[in-house]
Amino acid sequence: MEMASRRKNDSVEDEKHLSPFPDEVLERVLVFVKSHRDRSSVSLVCKDWYSAERWSRTHVFIGNCYSVSPEILVRRFPNIRSVTLKGKPRFSDFNLVPPNWGADIHEWLAVFASAYPFLEELRLKRMTVTDESLEFLAQSFPKFKALSLVSCDGFSTDGLAAIATHCKNLSNATLNMVYSLRIRNLTELDIQENDMDDLGGRWLSCFPEKFTSLEILNFANLNSEVNFDALERLVTRCKSLKVLKVNRNVTLEQLSRLLMRVPTLTELGTGSFSQELTLRQYAELENAFNTCKNLHTLSGLWEATSLYLAALYPACTNLTFLNLSYAALQSGELAKLLPNCPHLRRLWVLDTVEDNGLEAVGLSCPLLEELRVFPSDPFDQDMILGVGDGVTESGFIAVSRGCHNLRYVLYFCRQMTNTAVATVVQNCPDFTHFRLCIMKPCQPDYLTNEPMDEAFGSVVKTCTKLQRLAVSGLLTDLTFEYIGRYAKNLETLSVAFAGSSDRGMECVLGGCAKLRKLEIRDCPFGNVALLSGLEKYESMRSLWMSACKVTMNGCRLLAREMPRLNVEVIKEDDSDDIQAEKVYIYRSVAGRRRDAPPFVQTL
Amino acid sequence: MSRPLEHDYIGLSEVSTIENSEKISSSSSTVSTEENENNNVLNLKETELRLGLPGSESFERKAGFGVSLSGRVVEDKNGYPLGAVKNFVSGAKRGFSDAIDDSGKWGFSGGGGSEVDLAKGAVLFSPRGGNGGKSHGGLENNGQQLGLASPAMKDSVPPSPKPVQEKKPQIPAINDHGNAPVAKAQVVGWPPIRSFRKNTMATNPAKNSDDVEGKSGSGCLYVKVSMDGAPYLRKVDLKIYSNYMELSSALEKMFSCFRIGQCGSHGVPGRDGLNESRLMDLLHGSEYVLTYEDKDGDWMLVGDVPWE
Repeated sequence: MEMASRRKNDSVEDEKHLSPFPDEVLERVLVFVKSHRDRSSVSLVCKDWYSAERWSRTHVFIGNCYSVSPEILVRRFPNIRSVTLKGKPRFSDFNLVPPNWGADIHEWLAVFASAYPFLEELRLKRMTVTDESLEFLAQSFPKFKALSLVSCDGFSTDGLAAIATHCKNLSNATLNMVYSLRIRNLTELDIQENDMDDLGGRWLSCFPEKFTSLEILNFANLNSEVNFDALERLVTRCKSLKVLKVNRNVTLEQLSRLLMRVPTLTELGTGSFSQELTLRQYAELENAFNTCKNLHTLSGLWEATSLYLAALYPACTNLTFLNLSYAALQSGELAKLLPNCPHLRRLWVLDTVEDNGLEAVGLSCPLLEELRVFPSDPFDQDMILGVGDGVTESGFIAVSRGCHNLRYVLYFCRQMTNTAVATVVQNCPDFTHFRLCIMKPCQPDYLTNEPMDEAFGSVVKTCTKLQRLAVSGLLTDLTFEYIGRYAKNLETLSVAFAGSSDRGMECVLGGCAKLRKLEIRDCPFGNVALLSGLEKYESMRSLWMSACKVTMNGCRLLAREMPRLNVEVIKEDDSDDIQAEKVYIYRSVAGRRRDAPPFVQTL
Repeated sequence: MSRPLEHDYIGLSEVSTIENSEKISSSSSTVSTEENENNNVLNLKETELRLGLPGSESFERKAGFGVSLSGRVVEDKNGYPLGAVKNFVSGAKRGFSDAIDDSGKWGFSGGGGSEVDLAKGAVLFSPRGGNGGKSHGGLENNGQQLGLASPAMKDSVPPSPKPVQEKKPQIPAINDHGNAPVAKAQVVGWPPIRSFRKNTMATNPAKNSDDVEGKSGSGCLYVKVSMDGAPYLRKVDLKIYSNYMELSSALEKMFSCFRIGQCGSHGVPGRDGLNESRLMDLLHGSEYVLTYEDKDGDWMLVGDVPWE
């Protein structure tokens, strides 16, 4: 084996070491250690283990693409087959990071092409990927199998066509999706759609006729039309297809046809669910869903109407994950659907289901572990008491009463009370991820008009396993005192429009030993707070602060004291040289960025 | 853009958010009714206004109000953070202290992350009524009320919620209503929802009833109206009316041409005496009733459910 032969060079020197067993054995054992954190721990044991670990590692996870350079990476790990890379700060999802900020995959690909010619998998999140890069990828890695792009930007379906065309050895391949295209590209796609629908569907047709081993195909978030015939043919010849998630341009009738071809599906994302069907077509649809007994994940359901939801029921028996977040269901519809899904563990819904819908969740989903409630109308933030508008604290409580296994919640609402949150966590003390978004910034407990400090206080006091927390509502420093004091396992914290003074941030930095990611916007935290974490930032992945009170001088001081941190300030037009509007701080062994655009200043 | 319009915003913005949130009692219906009344009054004036790109106008304001309405939405740039938003000085890079002063409770930076880039600021005050972020209501709709030709924005919801700015969702006249929590500023990146989802929901809003074809998220709610015996149907924007009376009179007006044999006066605000008495005749003496099909598919008599 390749790996063993390279190893021999080292072993001669190692003979002197007192290892209880040969290094080859260690490497074989280490193959089973998959978690990247465990692997990091392994590498710290001693030099031998470090060495064995680096030779045996095949998958590497890089949470911040700028924390290390491709050169350093390939030097340490010679045998990588799979890379996961994350780029931009998370707040870029919400347009807080200007375009062309960076995180371009290309320089990585260039290095990988020579160091990892046998690269098989690439998973990217929040990276910029151009069509040229995709083309390069397709041409440079003969064994390439799996591509996953989440929240990436910079490419179009032409790039996908390149992958489809050239990755002929996509045996056991997975072309996973494409979460969102940059606005510029979306516009182009739209425009081009009018001219030639073919452009949209073309990439699908690029899969060679002999290509049969696709297992995962997910293009749910692509807006363009696809050539249905090509899709049907592809699906028919790929007998191992397990995951199929189509976009909303695929109609119900087309879906029926597809389903009949792939009874072995485990994950299905439907297209648009609102076509007008004849009785016969409806019967066919029902029939098609009847064949999908192996489904454990269901999503899509765009524009789902109650008319056809019932057709789904037979397919729901083994569902563990139901994503209704694009289907504006009403409470009644949800209440009728849920009893058909007795094994549900993850549920995503829109707040159109309202509190009554959530009550149904509490009643019908005892095994539920994850609930996400998205707002159907996020920009209408004003709370209108008594008028049904999304979900409230009652719905939250109702779910917690029935679903004691809840671990993950993402809840968008317009009103909340401290007592309600306290009740919820009392019912569900095992939360690991608690993300509550009261949509109007700085909104107090609507009944008592007090800050929401006690709500989050109760969360951190009760949920000792809490790893991720996102706070909202009117919050004073007290919230952060609680967090610092009790949230000992907290790794990720998101804060917006909260806090009263530097003390808040100081408490968090001082108290949360396991903190890795801290993202803050629009809070009154300034230099004192920033500098209080001087020594902490090296143990964290990153810190983001925007619209706070941090100044350039504060940042310069930090940069001076901590040379192993990259302290980057994003300066947009017209900004003065005193305030530091957007600051992104992260540890890095690669030094300052080489590719920083003009508006990013590294101090 | 409408100066009076913005003035309205100013009037509104004088009230701190605390007060707004405490004004739980100001129900939307009260607000919108009065808004509409004001609206009617100001209509003509508003419709005179140039529907240009919002933005620069902000500065004529009184000192202390740096609202910048921009031509680009939320999506684009860093806007001003919300909360006590209204209280930052125009042009100030750092309105934080202002924000603190004006709204004690909120300790967050008003000047925040973004310089007041007038040309580009993305803070948008939009009266509640519409759905700020996604709507295209506003001037165009007002114009419509008067039968003015307005760009056909309403029917099409662009795939991306670029919206806003140029169109403030209906009901700008909230002004005199100093207290109504109507002005709603759009903050960049808040609530924290990914672009894809925002874009998707803009084109696929929660359905209200089966036959509503309008995009309810857009500030217009177009509904098909058919009259027995009429050769063709009409479409009506529900959002421009504030109560059933207005709706029925508008509908009567619309269909009057079939009934009376003369064309309804489209462009004229329906409050002049002659029309009104005619309308009243139609309304009261008419053999037509207004019904609608609700989401369960049942035919309901218009008027039972509160207007909102």
